Amino acid sequence: MTQVILYNVTNGLIIGAFYVLMALGLSLILNLSNVINFAHGNFLALGGYLAFTLSPTLGYWGALLVSPVLTALIGLVVERLMIRRVYNRDPVYSLLLTFGFAFVMQDVARFVWGPNGLPLGLPDFLAQPISAELFFITWYRVFMVTVVIIAVAGLFTFLRNTRMGLRIRAGTLDLETVASLGVNVNGLRTFNFALGCMLAGLSGVLAAGQIGLNPNMGDDLLMPSFIAIIVGGVGSLIGTLFGGLLIGMAAALTTVFYPSASEAVIYAIMMLVLLLRPRGLMGEEGMMS
Amino acid sequence: MTTVITTATATARRPAVPRWVALVVIWTALIAVPFWLPLLGGYTALAGRVLVFGLAAMGLNMLLGFTGVLSFGHAAYFGLGAYGAGLTLRYLVHSTPLAMLAGTLLGGLAGTLFGLLIVRRRGVYFAMCTIAFGQLWYYLAYSWNDFTGGFDGLRDFHRAPIGIWPLTLDITSGGTLFYFFLLAIFAGAVSLMGLLVRSPFGHTLRAIRENERRARFLGIPVERQIWLSFSISCFFTALAGTLYALLNNFADPLALHYSLSGYFVVMCVMGGMRTFWGPLLGAAVFVVLQDYISSMTVNWMSFVGAIFVLVVLFFPRGLLGMRQLRGMS
Repeated sequence: MTQVILYNVTNGLIIGAFYVLMALGLSLILNLSNVINFAHGNFLALGGYLAFTLSPTLGYWGALLVSPVLTALIGLVVERLMIRRVYNRDPVYSLLLTFGFAFVMQDVARFVWGPNGLPLGLPDFLAQPISAELFFITWYRVFMVTVVIIAVAGLFTFLRNTRMGLRIRAGTLDLETVASLGVNVNGLRTFNFALGCMLAGLSGVLAAGQIGLNPNMGDDLLMPSFIAIIVGGVGSLIGTLFGGLLIGMAAALTTVFYPSASEAVIYAIMMLVLLLRPRGLMGEEGMMS
Repeated sequence: MTTVITTATATARRPAVPRWVALVVIWTALIAVPFWLPLLGGYTALAGRVLVFGLAAMGLNMLLGFTGVLSFGHAAYFGLGAYGAGLTLRYLVHSTPLAMLAGTLLGGLAGTLFGLLIVRRRGVYFAMCTIAFGQLWYYLAYSWNDFTGGFDGLRDFHRAPIGIWPLTLDITSGGTLFYFFLLAIFAGAVSLMGLLVRSPFGHTLRAIRENERRARFLGIPVERQIWLSFSISCFFTALAGTLYALLNNFADPLALHYSLSGYFVVMCVMGGMRTFWGPLLGAAVFVVLQDYISSMTVNWMSFVGAIFVLVVLFFPRGLLGMRQLRGMS
């Protein structure tokens, strides 16, 4: 029983880590640009597929570094060509735009890489279990969590300690004032969108090593990421971080006792939060209205 | 309060076509569908789908176009209507009207309760809450295998003949008679919707859409009106969902999926979400295009996605919205 629980706790940690990476990217874009990026799961898949294509030439480590950057560049192009054009319009347009674009991206992935699942090869030592007793925990799981921690720490350091990060945080609170202080808001939004896509691409590479690749691999992560944002509180990245971990853990622990309710429990958490604390666990009053 | 709002509507542009002409044309075209559609190579079931999705989209548009509140989760209420009707027919009573009543109540009440929770949210945050809540029902239908049939959908139920004493309306066979049954329900629902939109209540909704702060200062209970609008639109969409179950004798989890919510929204926008009939036209165009594209190519997702992108970038006012010189922002 302890092993079952331990197994599911590590599972929860890993699922939560993926939710966090996804949701942080979504949250960045949502906070600054007021756009829900429906295609975020498809950027995740894109990151994984790019790593699959690159790893024969660059090796796993090269692909792990290059693929998120390429995903970010593609995100940058998408933002400049399409998303930018709907910023100042009714939110219905940005939703429809990213929603439709998600369809296109998924179909393109299916067209280029085929509809069937593909494996992403891992370096040998990562595939080993960490000990005979804890045979169910591979080094890859430890590695994934470590990378996510580094990425999240890097993101928060960046937002806290650099000029660009400061501008993004200020823009989240009041974009008009930031613009009137002479900051190139369009460039800031483009960069921010690319940054979010880079996080998605990174989680795509990590997820590909664990569950393999398929064209709609990001879809299952999209809804929980929305919920992580709602639970954590819109406008608060720290809240998103805790929200993601919370629902990941809750889903995994429910699996131990009542497997078929593991999806339902995260929705129950969302309803509870909306009922008892509508602004989210760490949200600020007024951010959501 | 009323004076200000009436003045605002009185200054609105007169439509290019008189209203009664437009209504005669629309209803004649709808009644005559079984005669002209086969000539164009269509089939009557396709027209039935247009009516069902059109009703759902028009229901959504009460909220989206007339109140200016964005729900991206209306498939939930549509699907709940479909499952409510299907489950009633399968497990409870073999009666079409009761199934429709049960489905409409299920979807509508779910929307009414959820509306209470999110009525203070605005814009994309409102949309995000509606999406996430909608997916709850998708997962429920998906994973509750014994009761709902899981991923394969709910089968083994059939619409029952309707007895209106002394007549019995045998709608089980589909075809023209069933189309007219759908059209009758559609006509009833749409007339009610038209009355609501033109009522003082409907005017307060438009006042909220145009300027929420001013509406609040005028004493309009903004939250309550938005909640009512959300609930009413959920009831209409749930009614459309029950018709969907009757049309196919089948309810599947995809009727609850957020993709369908996206389809409803694009129908509204494509047809013109500031117009009353726009969503029906959008539904017609979308259903026919989707039917055509998915029979032509396996890459239908790219085409459907491209429709979304093109509508947003180049056609944001929609087909009927083009006539208006000013309007959306």
